[in-house]
Amino acid sequence: MTLDLTDRRIITATQSGLPLVPRPYAQIAADLGLDEDEVCTRMRALQTSGIIRRIAVAPNHYALGMTANGMSVWDVDDTRIAELGQKIGDLDFVSHCYERPRALPDWPYNLFAMIHGTSREEVEALRAEVAAILGDACRGNDILYSTRILKKTGLRLRQKG
Amino acid sequence: MTLDDTDRLILNALQDGFPITPNPYEQVARELGLTESDLLTRLTAMKEGRIITRFGPFFDAAAMGGAFCLCAMAIPEDEFDGVVDMVNAYPEVAHNYERTHRLNMWFVLATESEGEIAEVAAKIEHETGYPVLCFPKLQEFFIRFRVAA
Repeated sequence: MTLDLTDRRIITATQSGLPLVPRPYAQIAADLGLDEDEVCTRMRALQTSGIIRRIAVAPNHYALGMTANGMSVWDVDDTRIAELGQKIGDLDFVSHCYERPRALPDWPYNLFAMIHGTSREEVEALRAEVAAILGDACRGNDILYSTRILKKTGLRLRQKG
Repeated sequence: MTLDDTDRLILNALQDGFPITPNPYEQVARELGLTESDLLTRLTAMKEGRIITRFGPFFDAAAMGGAFCLCAMAIPEDEFDGVVDMVNAYPEVAHNYERTHRLNMWFVLATESEGEIAEVAAKIEHETGYPVLCFPKLQEFFIRFRVAA
């Protein structure tokens, strides 16, 4: 789908979040000089086309006490990655789960899963749970803890259309 | 702030999606056995208390025409800070983490087109003298995070 200027204005208006009022789409519409029905119709179209992946809450892991996290990486049999990746992505303590290409010989891992816990010990125990699920479809794994945030900037959306 | 069971119920339910209808909070509240005003009050408190980082649409940046790629480099410890400055100076570097591995620098490149990812990676390699490994996402398994009830 091609975004027009109105779609882009709706995206920009909702990037910081949805208003916490009884009729949030009516408020967005009022702010943009549109009507509620048009905003809803356009947002549904954006969702159907996948530009809006979903409307949801992003919890703050740190504020919830999940202060330890590690990027676990796994060398999973290519023939089973779709099935097993979904299983790992469905785990409650995993937040980001992707298949990515290996970079041999330096990097044999093709499944990345961020594991969250209240302590590093808990993260290691959860990592063992993942290993048990993958079983012999996994030839090796590692976990990378972040020691420093070197740069953090938000997503920049181009303003055009 | 401390969360009660109702807050946790809300956090879990709203990670799975939110309706695009005129009175969405009322609809969700009804499904959870709450009133609309209770739901809105709790969401507002959790947002102000920074329990909720964000509540709203999540956009697929790639579908809007951008490209993203996770990249990694192995930098010797004594050169690390100098390379950080060089890498972070690129506006295409969206975030960057130091991690515990021989590949000790992990960053995300965000560019307007797919082709620019390789171009920027090549520039960084040239400027720093170290290889940039690119790990584009091939498949995504649903992103979610459950709050223990």
